[in-house]
Formats: sequence, C-alpha cells, structure tokens
Amino acid sequence: MEKENRILLGHGSGGKLMHELIENVFVRLFSNSILDAQTDSAILHTGSSDIAFTTDSFVIDPLFFPGGNIGKLAVCGTVNDLAVSGAEPLFLSVSFIIEEGFPIDELEIIAESLAAEAKNAGVTIVTGDTKVVNKGKCDKLFINTSGIGRITSDKLKIGSADGIIPGDVIIINGTIGDHGMAVFNSRESFNFKIPVESDCASLNHLIREVTEKFPVKFMRDPTRGGVATVLNELAVKAGLGIAIEESSLPVRKGVKAMCEILGFDPLHVANEGKVIMVAAKENATAILEILRNNDKGSESSIIGYITSDHPRRVVLRNETGGSRIIDTLSGDQLPRIC
Amino acid sequence: MKYVDEYRKRDLILAVAEKLKSISRKEIVLMEVCGGHTMAIHRFGLNSLLPATIKLVSGPGCPVCVSSQQFLDKAIAYSRIKDVIITTYGDLIRVPGSATSLEKERAAGSDVRIIYSVLEAVDIARENPGKQVIFPGIGFETTAPATAAAIIKARNENVSNFFVLSAHKVMPPVMKALVEEGVKIDGFIAPGHVTAITGTSIYNELAEKYGLGVVVSGFEPADMMQAVLMLVTQIETGAPKVEVQYSRVVNLNGNPVARKLLEEVFEPGDDRWRGLGIIPDSGLKIRDVFSKFDAEKQIEVEVPESTEPRGCICGQILRGLKTPADCGLFAKKCTPSDPVGACMVSGEGTCATFYKYRS
Repeated sequence: MEKENRILLGHGSGGKLMHELIENVFVRLFSNSILDAQTDSAILHTGSSDIAFTTDSFVIDPLFFPGGNIGKLAVCGTVNDLAVSGAEPLFLSVSFIIEEGFPIDELEIIAESLAAEAKNAGVTIVTGDTKVVNKGKCDKLFINTSGIGRITSDKLKIGSADGIIPGDVIIINGTIGDHGMAVFNSRESFNFKIPVESDCASLNHLIREVTEKFPVKFMRDPTRGGVATVLNELAVKAGLGIAIEESSLPVRKGVKAMCEILGFDPLHVANEGKVIMVAAKENATAILEILRNNDKGSESSIIGYITSDHPRRVVLRNETGGSRIIDTLSGDQLPRIC
Repeated sequence: MKYVDEYRKRDLILAVAEKLKSISRKEIVLMEVCGGHTMAIHRFGLNSLLPATIKLVSGPGCPVCVSSQQFLDKAIAYSRIKDVIITTYGDLIRVPGSATSLEKERAAGSDVRIIYSVLEAVDIARENPGKQVIFPGIGFETTAPATAAAIIKARNENVSNFFVLSAHKVMPPVMKALVEEGVKIDGFIAPGHVTAITGTSIYNELAEKYGLGVVVSGFEPADMMQAVLMLVTQIETGAPKVEVQYSRVVNLNGNPVARKLLEEVFEPGDDRWRGLGIIPDSGLKIRDVFSKFDAEKQIEVEVPESTEPRGCICGQILRGLKTPADCGLFAKKCTPSDPVGACMVSGEGTCATFYKYRS
C-alpha cells in the first residue's frame, strides 16, 4: 500500500491517524515551546499573570441532536478545554461559516443556545466573525470558538501528568459514550427507540468546586476518541500503566445496547460533558462526594487506578476475569457486518 | 442488559471451566469458524480459562477477511466510474485492494456511502435515477437474505439502477474444504447466526462423513464455554454429532422465510476466497432471472490484475494453520491504522482481534 497522500475522514477522528497528521505536519511546521506541550489549552505567560488560550471548531451533523445543538456544543467544548487545563474561562470568540440558503430562524435558535450556555458557564462572548459560502461549499453551518481563561500558578502543571504515582485513582463524572451515540442515533437512519441524550455541558463550575479544595494531578475531557484515547495519552505522558475495571465503567443501558449491536466500544465513543481526573487515593472519596453533589457529576465514579505494572499501557479487566489492552482508535469506528 | 449480562456471569463461566478441566483428556483442536466467536474469545479472555489440552483456532468466518482481492479491486474499479454510487457496509471501506481502498477512493472523489441496511441502497437508487448504485454484497447466509430482499424490492418497485456485486458466500463448503485439505480440526464451533437462517442440516455431512462434532454456539462467553464443553464431551465419549448450544435463537430448521429468499435470488457457484483460492459451490451467484440487478452482468469495468500483498499470511490464518504471531508484518508493518491484509481491517478479523486484545 502506498502512503496516504490525501486526507481521509479518519484523520479527523481523534485517533492515531490524527495524531500522526498533527505530528508530521502541524507540530513539525509550527513547533515552539508553547505548542509543543500539546495540552488542551496553550498556557501564555504574560508578565505578572498566566493566561490559558484554546480554540475548537464544530462541524457536527446533525446541527440539532437530543440534549443540545451545535451552538451549545460550541460553548461547552471550548469552556471545557480551558477548564480541564485548570483555567477559569472568561472570554470567547465565535465565528460562523454559513452555507448559502441556511434558514435564519434556525441560526437564531442556535445563537440563543450559544448565548444561554455562555451565561450558564459565566463566559462573555467578546468578538466574532461571519462568513457565508456558496451552497454546497460547506455543510449548513460550521462554528469556531476560541476562549481565554485565567490560570493560577498552582494549576499550571495540571495537563502535564507530572506528579502522578502508582496508586492514584482515575475518576470520571458520569456515564460514558452518551454524546457520540445520541448523535449517531439521530444522524443515521436506524432510529433506535432508545432514549439516549448527549451529555453536552460546561464543566467549569463543577471542576472549580473540586480544584478549590483538593489537588487534581491531571484532567482531560474525553471528547473525540473517547475515554480510551485520554487514558492512553495519560499512560504515555506519565510513563505508567493504567488499570480499569469493566464492571466499574458507568455506561447507560441504551448506550451499551447500541454499542453491542453496532460492535462499538463505549470507551472509544465521544463525550461532551465529561472530565477524567487523576487524584491521590486519599482524596478520592472527598472528591467523589463533591462531584456527586453537583447535577453534572451525580453519577461520578472511580474507574481505575495508576499502576507500575504494564507501563504506558491501559489494561481493562473484564467481568469474566480476562483482561485486554485498550488502545486508541486508528480511525473512525466502523460498524460490524454481522 | 437482558440476553447479555446473564451470559457473562463470572461464576457461570468459571463453573463450566472447572467441568472442562475435569473431563478433558485428549489434546484437541477446535475451530471457531466465525469472526464474532474469535472476538468473544479474546475479548473475554476465554483461552486463559481452558485446560492446556484444548486449543482454539480461528476459521474463515469473517466476511470482510475472506473477500478476495479481485472482488475488492472490482468494487474499487466500479467506484471510479462516473455517476456510480458505491453503497457499502462500513467494514469494507478500509480493506486494501491491490493498490488502494474504497476509503481512499472516496477521498479522491468517488461517491462511496456507508449504509447499515442494504435496503437503504435501494432508496438511494430511487432518489438518484441518473446514477448507478452498486452494493458490494459480502457476508454469509446471515447477510445474504437481506441482499436477496433488496433485489426483490428493487424488482417489485421498478428500481432499475440498483445493482449487486455479489461476493456472498456459504459456510459448509469451506468447512469441508479445510477438513479435506488435512487441516487438523477435531470439532467445529459453528456460527449461531448462520445456523439461525439455514438450520442445522448443513453440518450433517461433517458429522456423518468426517466424524467431526459440530456445536452451534451463541456469542456470549458463557455460550462459547458451554459449546466447548459440549464438543469436548462428544470427543471424549467418541460420539461426534451436530448439536445446538444456541437454542434460544437457533431453530433446527432455520428460518424458512429467509431460506426461501436466498433460494429465489441466488444459486450456488464456485467462488474465490482470500488466501484459500476457488472453492466449488461456495458462493452465492445471482440467478439469471435477476440478472438485471447483477452488476457484473450489467456494468462493464476494466479491473487491473490483482496482486496479493507480499508477506501477508492471511490465507494461512484463515485456514487455522497460523496465528497472527507467526506473521512478520503483524503489529509492525500491518496495523489497524495501516492494514496490509484484510484480517487486520474488520473488527472481527483474526489479526485485528489479536491486535486489539493483545496482552
């Protein structure tokens, strides 16, 4: 097989293909000390204070899905990227690329959601841009948001996995795979009669409640590529192993059922309102209590722990006593044939 | 979840494992024919629960993996024709042909669409009267009835621009071919979903003529452990026969509606299997009365000569002769993100399963 000379859809799915593209093209050409850290937000040292800066584009199809729409998502995505970097999100920019012919009333509904979610998250939209392209030159509506947040010096290392030791626990604030399967169900034609809603939510307040009281050693939002991708990145960054128990993974019945039918692994399915936290074992119970008292964390649980066994690998123990390596996905998840 | 959780109960599985340890004496090789079974074995770590006397080998039952290079190259050649839409099950798009894949052709401008039911392809054809919509049909007795139903739907609704490139296959001839070839197999774990369509009589020859046990199994770990136990019991007592473990789904006579559809639309014909060559009567060819829906008869295309990837041992893996660990390319040059052979592409392929669940 010849090497890829064109972009495949898999290059955008958050798995290995995308990482290779980023490494081989963007990091190579743009390399600098801030970018090379490759954290969810860039940390900018500007005189006396530090700023976190991030950007994200939203190209979701369909624009409206159970649990949200592209507008709400565009705020949550960027707010969460800042929040998991340890920053307090403050300001957003919003850019629209709109296809000729797009209904203005739908655009208004999306903008209303955007405004409502910004208010909810406590961020201010301070600048923006609007472009319209010929019909057929983009798929209805694309949104880009960039965000700026303030970060205090004690949280600067939160994305780097420094200080993680064997025995630290891995916490997630609820069920996995909801967003990916909700969107999949509303996009594709099979219409499972399963009430699966996107978990799309801004997590900055929830995260602050925890980080104000307890040190969190690492945080990441498991969006594209799912929990598996975040855990693999963490294992590599920390140079340690990760062990997770299948029976402790919170997965809604409907999501589990859809995944069983399609041959998907919920660990690879996208989330938009979830954060993975690594914390010292002695703080785990107290952190869980804080999370569970918030409606965005009521189903929080410990899904695994850091170990010195199998360094740089994520191993899942299943309910039957077997174990397997959880890898990042190499491209899009493809449904099985039979 | 009902029908899932109760068949994954650890106590139940361990109890069967204990029983197996107490009765297994002979060293035996059992072949799980279906890729779904291979996946379950590795996902649930069943090998580690079996006594050392029992070896499980994977068979030629992953639809994507057994599709020949020639078939893929033809599908790819079709995708390059102007005004052709290729509609396909998702697994197929990443399988490498001799030089490229449907996924890469899509990136280069071909209209390749992933569908979840072949009936969608008929709808796409109706909505695009100026285009030729081709469905590369792969899979065994499980997926072939749906393809037959789509062809009949297209006929009944006068959709004249829907075509099938059939690489559908049937199970018994390949199982027989492996035995005749001398591959060491002491019993078969047969696919539950195929048998739900065909009924169990398709395996009678294996038991009667070749003296091999065949147990039709479900896909959950407790199902598979029980199927192994049933086979071991047969072998230890010298009484090979066809039995059904998956009785909650499989009816001895199969599904008469689906069988009738298959019979109406398809007839047996020689077919090429990746790595195994041509096996007599192992393919499902579209009958002449439906030839207006047969892509090969209606749409001419030039296909460059196919070349098998060098160093790839998919063929021997599909025959249960080798495991991915024996392959020099495995996990080095051949990975899920850059597969060389088909067994690395499908989620049910033996190589992809070994890669995903390696430990």
